[in-house]
Amino acid sequence: MPETSPIPHGRDPRIPAVRVPSALIRNPQIRAAHIRASDWGWRHAGRHNQAVSGLDLQIEPGERVLLLGASGAGKSTLVHALAGVLGDAEDGDETGSLLIDGHRAAEARGRVGLVLQDPDSQVVLARVGDDVAFGCENFAVPRAEIWPRVRQALTEVGLDLPLDHPTSSLSGGQKQRLALAGVLAMRPGLLLLDEPTANLDPGGVIDVRDAVVRSLDHSGATLVVIEHRVEVWQDVVDRVIVLDPTGGVLADGPTREILSSQGERLAQAGVWVPARPPRFPTRHPIRHPETLLRAEGLAVGRVPFGRRTASVVADGITFDLRAGTATVVTGPNGAGKSTLALTLAGLLKPAGGALRASDDFSAGIPAEPHRWRSKQLLTRIGTVFQDPEHQFLAATVRDDLLIGPRALGLSVAEQSTRVGDLMHRLRLDHLADANPFTLSGGEKRRMSVATVLATRPRLLVLDEPTFGQDSRTWQELVILLAEQLDEGTALVAVTHDAQFVSALADEEYRLGMPDSIRLGADAR
Amino acid sequence: MSLLTPTIRPSVVARLNPVSKLTVALIVSCALLLSIDWVSAGVALLLEAALLFWCGLGARQFWLRTAPVWIAAPMASVTTVLYGEDSGALLWQFGFISVTEGSAQLGLAIGLRVLAIGLPGIVLLATTDPTDLADGLAQILRLPSRFVLGGLAGLRLVGMFIEDWHSLTLARRARGVGDGGGVRGAARRFFGPAFSLLVISVRRGSKLATAMEARGFGSDEPRTWARLSRFRAADAVLVTIGFVIATTAIGVAVWAETWSFILA
Repeated sequence: MPETSPIPHGRDPRIPAVRVPSALIRNPQIRAAHIRASDWGWRHAGRHNQAVSGLDLQIEPGERVLLLGASGAGKSTLVHALAGVLGDAEDGDETGSLLIDGHRAAEARGRVGLVLQDPDSQVVLARVGDDVAFGCENFAVPRAEIWPRVRQALTEVGLDLPLDHPTSSLSGGQKQRLALAGVLAMRPGLLLLDEPTANLDPGGVIDVRDAVVRSLDHSGATLVVIEHRVEVWQDVVDRVIVLDPTGGVLADGPTREILSSQGERLAQAGVWVPARPPRFPTRHPIRHPETLLRAEGLAVGRVPFGRRTASVVADGITFDLRAGTATVVTGPNGAGKSTLALTLAGLLKPAGGALRASDDFSAGIPAEPHRWRSKQLLTRIGTVFQDPEHQFLAATVRDDLLIGPRALGLSVAEQSTRVGDLMHRLRLDHLADANPFTLSGGEKRRMSVATVLATRPRLLVLDEPTFGQDSRTWQELVILLAEQLDEGTALVAVTHDAQFVSALADEEYRLGMPDSIRLGADAR
Repeated sequence: MSLLTPTIRPSVVARLNPVSKLTVALIVSCALLLSIDWVSAGVALLLEAALLFWCGLGARQFWLRTAPVWIAAPMASVTTVLYGEDSGALLWQFGFISVTEGSAQLGLAIGLRVLAIGLPGIVLLATTDPTDLADGLAQILRLPSRFVLGGLAGLRLVGMFIEDWHSLTLARRARGVGDGGGVRGAARRFFGPAFSLLVISVRRGSKLATAMEARGFGSDEPRTWARLSRFRAADAVLVTIGFVIATTAIGVAVWAETWSFILA
């Protein structure tokens, strides 16, 4: 790229085609930030317990730190505080001091860039270039300097798109790289990442990680990253800090050392430590698995808003879903996996081909699941949605779990027995009166599975059940599903998670690929 | 093509500053709201029609976008003819429905008015990019950037509402409460997801606010603008045309003695 070329894809005269000295582009004068916490603590307003307390630590300029700890140890609080977005005295009580380059963190904005977990809630503007420019504008960077910075940031994160490309058409991984570019354009001395890859598919994870590494090599900025999938970052960072939920630091040192000395403890706290993979459950396959649902040349699609006919995203799908058998559907983003799951679940009408239940499975109602009434689905097909929040209906966990059994017209005694057992089994007892929306990520996932199991459907449909889950929830989920399979429940799951496939799958259907693979018992 | 990044064909009107387009729409609307008579609305509509050729909308797009106005105008017109205030000679009567010279004229005036106010509004909107409008509002009209950009960012969440609503409805069906229950059931099926949608949206909105704050938004420091929004000579011409349309419409109506000032 020539050093002084005008901006490509510039939209009309409002974006000036400025010529910038090449020194500015190649050698940004970024000073890496220094962090010092002295007996620092924070209590969110209205909460009884400290989120963080008694924290003493020092991070040198240019260091790359992975921040670990059990859920609730205050990792996010610390990172938000460093980014200056925790708020003021109204939002919580601060104790001790947290300094960036000797200034209070809340006053060091602009020195610090933050990328959060959810790709969808970080895009600010409608066009790629405008979105990256947003931070620069807020820090009053002169217009002539903004566009070269935007272009450079986009190059660094590997987003080779026109500046007027709509942000709404980006994939999750691209959105996270866009958020990163928006931060890099501000030229921060400290880069903060709060689980930036938790919601991404494997390809997206690597793209984002590599973009971060590339930009750090270029800028030399200090990095603090929170991520419970240690594998992704262990070769990038040179130091691991483990926060203690009871206050202060539990362990702090070189990556390799901390991961081996604290590995067991971290794994128990739900951190994915590569040397300590979760155990796979032992399966007891049933004898003669009968076919419950058969897809033949099935085409799936959604009816776009305001249209009458579905636009097909995948077709020619042929497979059987059998009792006691786990079928996983894999494939690249946009291949139509979720749409297929919703169709198999009887929630969307097939766009073509046939999807028919066996006589035994349909038991006296039409063979096509999409024609079943809502209540008739309950004992036949249970669906676990990708976002658990979408399936919560009641104000407390117990009431929500009771909805299915009540709709089935079970006796009150039977209702409470089933729900009581499930809450106990999934460690939700202590949350019976809590609002489902206030649960943690792992609790929400367990709860969404419980709502489905409460009506004992013969087929379970799961859409990315292990997305963003810590290793502990993952393990519990896999064991629970293995039990259901052993009891003869059929299972079909859409997933990107290779470990989930290894742990449970009997058959794999690759969407967007030529043929499906049948995994025998010995293949597992 | 989406709400926030509409596909806008390059045209004379599309290149104009959104603020000047907004001003023109306001001037014409205000002038036409001062009176209810068919001459002023008719003259304004005629003059606007000449301008619409430069808007760059294809025929199909034009009719699609403006369809609501074409439906609303005759309906408002017919309603006024049948039920409007009667005056002058009685033309037709059926029960308490009566059509008089006065109500027919009023109906025509109302119908033309809906068209004359609605059409330019929709056409100008269809050739305006929301981001450009926000730039103009903040840089030319000097509206507070916090308010303008906050609104623009919030608009982006609207598209996600539709996705969420779809998932929430499917989830209700999956959980056994997706049908049945008569009217009460239907009401519950609407208000239940509406509440969940509210919770999910508020949550998403606050996350967006954090992300914006982390990028320096909302401080009291002055900010710069990456995109320059300027009021050019062409914009001045457009605003002048707006004034000419408004004054001509009023002038012709006064001359034809149909002008009836609503506040008089």
